[in-house]
Amino acid sequence: MKTFKIGGVHPAENKLSAGSPIREAALPKQAVFSMFQHIGAPAKPVVKKGDLVKVGTLLGEAGGFVSAPVYSSVSGKVSKVDVALDSSNSRRMAVYVDVEGDEWEEGIDRSATLEKLSAHPELDAKTIVEKIKTAGIVGMGGATFPCHVKLCPPPGCKAECVIINAVECEPYLTADHRLMLEHADEILEGVECIMKAVDVTKGYIGIENNKPDAIALMTEKAASHPNIEIVPLKVKYPQGGEKQLIDAVIARQVPAPPAIPIAVGAVVQNVGTAFAIYQAVMKNKPLIDRVITVTGKSVKNPSNLMARLGTPFQQLIDECGGLPEDTGKIIGGGPMMGKALISLEVPMTKGSSGLLIMNDKEARRSTPEPCIRCAKCVSVCPMGLEPYLLATVSSQQDWETAENEDVVSCIECGSCQFTCPSHRHSLDNIRLGKSTVMGIIRSRAQK
Amino acid sequence: MNVIQIAVIVLGSIGLVSAVILFFASKKFAVHEDPRIGEVAAVLPQANCGGCGYPGCGGFANACVKASASGSLGDLNCAPGGKEVMEKVACILGLQASAASPKVAVVRCSGTCDARPHAVVYDGAHTCRIQSMTGMGETQCLYGCLGEGDCVRACLFGAIQVNPETGIAEVDETKCTGCGACQKACPRGLIELRPVGPKGRRVVVLCNNKDKGIIATKVCKNSCIGCGKCVKTCEKFEAITLEANLAYIDPEKCKLCRKCEEVCPRGVIKGFNFPPKKAAAPAPGTAEHTAVPASRTAEPATPAVSAPASDASSPTNSNESTKQ
Repeated sequence: MKTFKIGGVHPAENKLSAGSPIREAALPKQAVFSMFQHIGAPAKPVVKKGDLVKVGTLLGEAGGFVSAPVYSSVSGKVSKVDVALDSSNSRRMAVYVDVEGDEWEEGIDRSATLEKLSAHPELDAKTIVEKIKTAGIVGMGGATFPCHVKLCPPPGCKAECVIINAVECEPYLTADHRLMLEHADEILEGVECIMKAVDVTKGYIGIENNKPDAIALMTEKAASHPNIEIVPLKVKYPQGGEKQLIDAVIARQVPAPPAIPIAVGAVVQNVGTAFAIYQAVMKNKPLIDRVITVTGKSVKNPSNLMARLGTPFQQLIDECGGLPEDTGKIIGGGPMMGKALISLEVPMTKGSSGLLIMNDKEARRSTPEPCIRCAKCVSVCPMGLEPYLLATVSSQQDWETAENEDVVSCIECGSCQFTCPSHRHSLDNIRLGKSTVMGIIRSRAQK
Repeated sequence: MNVIQIAVIVLGSIGLVSAVILFFASKKFAVHEDPRIGEVAAVLPQANCGGCGYPGCGGFANACVKASASGSLGDLNCAPGGKEVMEKVACILGLQASAASPKVAVVRCSGTCDARPHAVVYDGAHTCRIQSMTGMGETQCLYGCLGEGDCVRACLFGAIQVNPETGIAEVDETKCTGCGACQKACPRGLIELRPVGPKGRRVVVLCNNKDKGIIATKVCKNSCIGCGKCVKTCEKFEAITLEANLAYIDPEKCKLCRKCEEVCPRGVIKGFNFPPKKAAAPAPGTAEHTAVPASRTAEPATPAVSAPASDASSPTNSNESTKQ
């Protein structure tokens, strides 16, 4: 069984909601659309207080090339354009819509019929990319990098294959798993769209073998798509990392930053993104909803919800049986890379793949002890770095050494902190070092 | 000649030739160092705090002597040494001391533990920089003091401590030299260097929350909501400005009348070192604030010292152990 070569850990999987079919979440009373749902320039609001909007109405236009537009996922009236707390725990510009009814913009195909790309020869690569760009699709694994940017390789680079990330290596999350079981055909059409957009003839879908039902179903469905290969992968975290996935699937290694995966000919997209691309290209539907896993050991009813963007997390939790009494921490995303939230008013965004409610006991971190030089962090680091050293030099603010030791290569997967027998806050310090060093590099480049 | 004689003659002649070369070289390449640099350095506090912006006291002495050529010390100021030291420096250089007023660090936050509800428990690495970077903070105020003590570790003079009761850093005015190290260490830009003021008296807005009033009210009881009452009260002197929902008192224009303090509905404007008012009822919220200004008694300082020290000890120790 294939997997990536260096490092990796295997946290307890805890896929509590794997057997729970995706269900539609109820419409919120008020939806809040952050203009910062992606990496890059924020979207610029194009509506004002009092405007009437429908599902699929543009709320914010892209603020640059590396940016994405934001659409309304509900119909109703814009109540204000103001700051709102978002999942990155900062207050930033957002559009508030008071929900009335559920009216959709014309031109969006809401039927369940499968549209095949092969039946639409008029859709050429340029049109597909343009549709993806207009629909505001971003990387839905959580990184939220605007999708069209990845589909426009820089000059001199040529994509050779498309790799679909259906690994879902984060414990607890099952959104991608359920999506594959319930929308396999659509996903495969989405992959065809991506392949056509970047003009390649080979597509891979990497799935970890803790989802045998998804592997079996996708393999069966892929029989009618000879160019798409399903690659079962050994369960190992962080296999969903772009570089790790490329290594696992096609055994190529992406060089250190600033090199990007296209340097080895790979275009990587998440399986949720592939589904959104299908809807955007074949159904004309902008990115207005996504599957989110609401889970946790104390949650009454761990579920996978197809929820409209902008729905407050509080409501999603209520739909799954309410907030348990012993809640210790609420995490947006998975337990390894997610971020703890400071409020449940926060609305879900394009990158919200999960909402994990940890009980008090699980959530508590142990007190850090001195480093015992066991080098476990070094052996699990998937990027081949020395986390103990990076953490130390970062805490001493020795940015020069941190840069020389390649802190910017860190993918912040947290394997080092997970495996540390002394419970040291390695990643916290490395993140500080990484962001500071990246700032130093940027300011140096500007000079 | 025996071997010893040869050795003595050879080595002696090498020594002689080298001596001659060195003598001429020392004349030719002599570096003239102004003797005043040493004299100036001798009167400086030698804390090497870097508060002046130069690399240590030596660098500052050098800069002073260089500046003396232009006839004035300009903006050069040794904050820890204060006026006394600058007068000595000026005396050595035969100049007038510049009129730089002494400054003191002010932590602009009054969100004590009871005023600022804690939404979450942060249990990551205990430094303000990391806590601030993760966007967290235990409260929903994204501007207030995080209380992890980055400023405490930055201060070379032991002048700032986190009060475990309020969770806010407090400045000991008797020790603060105004070097600005804490200001640089604070990731939230809470700490301001303000002129000490006549008799140490000054009036400060003790809040840094730039959110709109409705949010500021929700996240903290002791927050500036940008209502502008203080600005109106101060129309005569125009010392108070309102920017980004936050009032700011210009120390140059403030006449220390304390009228703003009386009108502030949130009690975040605070006068320091004023004599206690006679029989006047304290302004709302004042009671909670009394711990913030220079209550220099040893009693609250003692637990404050021990708490951050033990917090800091684990990372420091481990760093040392990894160095070995």
